[in-house]
Amino acid sequence: MKAVSPKKGKKAKTCAIEEIWNLRLYVAGQTPKSITAFANLKKICEEHLDGKFSIEVIDLLKNPKLAKGDQIVALPTLVRKLPEPIKKIIGDLADTERVLVGLDIRPVQG
Amino acid sequence: MVKAKHDVDVLEKCLTGIKGLDEITKGGLPKGRPTLICGSAGSGKTLFAMEFLMRGAMDYGEPGVFMTFEETPEDLAKNFISLGFDLHDMMSRGLIAMDHVYIDRSEIEETGEYDLEGLFIRLGNAIDSIGAKRVVLDTIEALFSGLSNAAILRAELRRLFHWLKERGVTAIVTGERGDKLLTRYGLEEYVADCVILLDFRIDEQISTRRLRIVKYRGSSHGSDEYPFLIDEAGLSILPITSLGLDYPVSKGRIATGIPKLDTMLDGKGFYRGSTILVSGTAGTGKTSMSATFADAACRRGERCLYCAFEESPSQIIRNMGSIGIDLAQWVKKGLLKFHSARPSLYGLEMHLLTFHKEIDNFNPQVFIIDPISNLNAAGTESEVKSILTRLIDHLKMKNISTFLTDLTRFTGSLEHTSEEISSLIDTWLLLRDIELNGERNRGLYILKSRGMAHSNQIQEFLLTNQGIDLIDIYTGSGEILTGSARAAQDAGEKASELVRRREVDRRIREQERKRNALETRIAALRAEFEVETQEVHLMADEEQKRQVVLAEDRLEMAHLRKGNPSSPQAKRSKKKREGSVK
Repeated sequence: MKAVSPKKGKKAKTCAIEEIWNLRLYVAGQTPKSITAFANLKKICEEHLDGKFSIEVIDLLKNPKLAKGDQIVALPTLVRKLPEPIKKIIGDLADTERVLVGLDIRPVQG
Repeated sequence: MVKAKHDVDVLEKCLTGIKGLDEITKGGLPKGRPTLICGSAGSGKTLFAMEFLMRGAMDYGEPGVFMTFEETPEDLAKNFISLGFDLHDMMSRGLIAMDHVYIDRSEIEETGEYDLEGLFIRLGNAIDSIGAKRVVLDTIEALFSGLSNAAILRAELRRLFHWLKERGVTAIVTGERGDKLLTRYGLEEYVADCVILLDFRIDEQISTRRLRIVKYRGSSHGSDEYPFLIDEAGLSILPITSLGLDYPVSKGRIATGIPKLDTMLDGKGFYRGSTILVSGTAGTGKTSMSATFADAACRRGERCLYCAFEESPSQIIRNMGSIGIDLAQWVKKGLLKFHSARPSLYGLEMHLLTFHKEIDNFNPQVFIIDPISNLNAAGTESEVKSILTRLIDHLKMKNISTFLTDLTRFTGSLEHTSEEISSLIDTWLLLRDIELNGERNRGLYILKSRGMAHSNQIQEFLLTNQGIDLIDIYTGSGEILTGSARAAQDAGEKASELVRRREVDRRIREQERKRNALETRIAALRAEFEVETQEVHLMADEEQKRQVVLAEDRLEMAHLRKGNPSSPQAKRSKKKREGSVK
């Protein structure tokens, strides 16, 4: 689908697009998976988005009604609200390559 | 393990409200457990599920959650409006909650471990929002195309079904039919309590929907394939099996519409609620008999459902008008209803279902099929027999008198009914041709009639412009005569009888005349005698008068002679004389 070479992504600085990356992480309580997912997300964002991001964690156990709006089925789910289009990544975000592909974060050319 | 469960508590069931389903499942789906409905595309899974929810909400006070994975709520609402359910209205009244779960694979990336807790939360939230007792997941297998990690999905589905049981909701899960498995992804593995298979089959260009309960743990259930129908009133399922032979019977009798036939049947006609078959070759008057029976029923104020497979209602009405039966008046009064369809219009099961529906709607006391032999066009003989058995059982349960006609072929025995349904029939009338002296005439006899002393005579069957008439066939001098031969024989007999009667009359008149003559003579003699008697009396009177005159004369003469010395003496002697005269 996405013609992004996973090899290149490692060292390259990601392109800091002008806008803020608005990310939303849906979890259900403090489960091991949700904690791992949040940690992985934070790490990836700090490495590749250079501070231009905001992470909103939504606990569906507290706000179950919010699940419907973003069509959440699996947990944890990371939703890229901005920049558009909306992207979703499910799982504990352990595979950084796939997260970068999923979020469409392109490496900046040297 | 399963058995142990049963010992603890009797399986509770949840009425679906779907016509017929609660009968074959003996009380509905397992309460508080998930049921799998599987079937190929277009087999009616979604409709089944939706009707389950709607009936629950409307009739049983059990709100329901519809979680759709395929169709959007707008599309669903449109579909259900066409079946008479207003989804939006029910949603606003808190009877139904709808959640559309939509997964677009192109916008989803999977990284690492995940679970379907989001789905659980959404479902839980929907259940809690209206206090739902029923849940539908349609079609949960869509998850397999949205998410790639089948191992996780399977584990999560197993957890989901456990979770549904824990929540105590009666759930319906639909699944697409697979090649080898009941469902494409083997959902039947997880939903172990009750599995219902919907099938949509086309045999010889005739499609039939069928339903089968593949499995119903802890409950007995009908195991056959049951045909079902989807129409503007939703789903209706028809139990294919015989309902047993324990129906109540009626001792009441109903007139056949032909007085002579009533006489042949013990003088009272058919039993109410019995099954009557009239068989005969073409043109023997089967339809006329049906119409007469229908007419008689309507005259009693009963409702009659007439299923015509050969002729259109207007044609029957016109033709019956020619033998003096006015069926149009009963149609107008709403007592007679025609149901006419070509037998090949749809499958036999569909016919049976439509019969059931018509019967339930119209609630007739008399039901006529004219003719049943045409059903052969829609199925094999054994199928026809099975259909008729079920139909007759149903009619008997309702105590509806059934009148069937059957066209027998010219070849073969007349008593052979193509469907071999003789055992189902209570009264069997046979119409046959009697060919004699270059004429073809109709004869009718009673082949059998259970529970009554019926006539064994063959009657000549006449269609007159005042309806059907039965005439005794001439069986006088060792031969059977019908038609004009019978008429000639009758005429000959009538002539000789007339001659005899005239002879007798003549004798009687002659005797009368003799008597009259005698009387006249007696009267004359008596008159003569009277005259003589009067003459005798007259003579006696005159003699007396003469004597008196004579005596007076003698006295006068004596007076004139003055022979007496004194007048006193004379006076005295006169007195003496007078006294002596006296």
